[in-house]
Amino acid sequence: MAGFVSIRNLRKSYGTFEALKGIDLEIEKGEVVCVVGPSGSGKSTLIRCINRLESFSDDSTILVDGTPVMPGRALAKVRAEVGMVFQGFNLFPHLTVRENVMLAPRRVRGANRATAGEQADRLLQRVGISEQADKYPDYLSGGQQQRVAIARALAMEPQVMLFDEPTSALDPEMVGEVLDVMRDLAGTGVTMVIVTHEMGFASQVADRVIFMDGGEIVEAGPPNELLGAPKHPRTRNFLSAVLNH
Amino acid sequence: MNLVETFFNVDVFLRTWPLLIEGLWVTLQLGAASIVAGLIVGLFLSLFRLYGVAPVRVIARLYIDIFRSIPVLVLLIVVYYALPFVGVRMSPFASAMTALTIVSGAYTAEIFRAGIEAIPKGQFEAAAALGLTGPQRMRDVILPQAVKIVIPPLTNNSINVVKDTALASVVAMPDLLKQATQAQALAANPTPLIVAAVIYLAFLWPAVLFVTRLERRFGARSS
Repeated sequence: MAGFVSIRNLRKSYGTFEALKGIDLEIEKGEVVCVVGPSGSGKSTLIRCINRLESFSDDSTILVDGTPVMPGRALAKVRAEVGMVFQGFNLFPHLTVRENVMLAPRRVRGANRATAGEQADRLLQRVGISEQADKYPDYLSGGQQQRVAIARALAMEPQVMLFDEPTSALDPEMVGEVLDVMRDLAGTGVTMVIVTHEMGFASQVADRVIFMDGGEIVEAGPPNELLGAPKHPRTRNFLSAVLNH
Repeated sequence: MNLVETFFNVDVFLRTWPLLIEGLWVTLQLGAASIVAGLIVGLFLSLFRLYGVAPVRVIARLYIDIFRSIPVLVLLIVVYYALPFVGVRMSPFASAMTALTIVSGAYTAEIFRAGIEAIPKGQFEAAAALGLTGPQRMRDVILPQAVKIVIPPLTNNSINVVKDTALASVVAMPDLLKQATQAQALAANPTPLIVAAVIYLAFLWPAVLFVTRLERRFGARSS
């Protein structure tokens, strides 16, 4: 049975280097999937393919809710249903925090200013940033910026949320506040695909953990199995390297 | 005749002043019209050059390179004196504005391109990931940031356009320089030219200072 996000034979090369070597992955509605693995394993490339920020081979297929993720006019429509949170936040510096959250609902969904503003304030409250709504992103800490970025993505009421190493660029003391917001979100039944190095978070929140290495999925399973009793030696090596530091 | 009577003759100054003001008015109109038209041409050219399909990109690039290589004066003479042979006859104002706009558009296109390319890739990606279409990404996310960056070079280019309006005197356009040379001939005295120089200075020096200040401020912020 096809999942809500259905990835089949996903291949991508940079010149002769194969970044993704034919990934097959089905993600169910409401599922929280964490993708772990060493850097250069292709995990970021994988989730950037889901909304086609990265192009991929023509014989690969990605379906989101049955719609193929193909270049062309329909792509913006698919992207509107797929929220993304980046490692580097990527807030719009010329807009206030509230305007950052309001922009896409107004432009893409045609929401009016009042509706979009109320929704933005609701979301900002949910991620704990209400007091900063009229500030510009540059005046916020990294943790606050990332929480705004989550609110901005949620404003489109996406079917799927993609997180590309959302805490990797943060100072250690700010990681927790962002993970808390994500944990709350996971509890609301949103489908989430999270590339992360936070093993503790993955083990608590994920329904399924996927270990990638060398552009392939090496092993996948529930967190207690994959993180607790990994079968594959590459998984074991990676986990012991991560956990012993 | 001493130096003051020759170059700063008050009598000549008073007699020719109205003529110069008429010329100034023409210069300002021509300058403003060419700057605005050049900005519009340049913006679209830069977008064609960056995001057009392959043949459009090549044409935009050729346009930009060619018209940055041709002296404005040559282009102006071609437009005013040569185009009538193929049935295109334009007034001196229209000819001058056409030539200035074509060239200013080429420079402006390069300025906008640099501004757009200076915006981090993450901004394009974040806008795309939210489901904004290409034109929406440009209008709402990229250009508002790019325009801020390119204000100093755009102002510089505008100063050049205003200075180049003086070339229009070649095609009998009654701009500031033309009026000044005419007044000089009538009065048999170079005072009107000196006054014209002072008028150019009065308008363009503040613009130059403005650019310097902006550049210093942007420089201070980025360091």
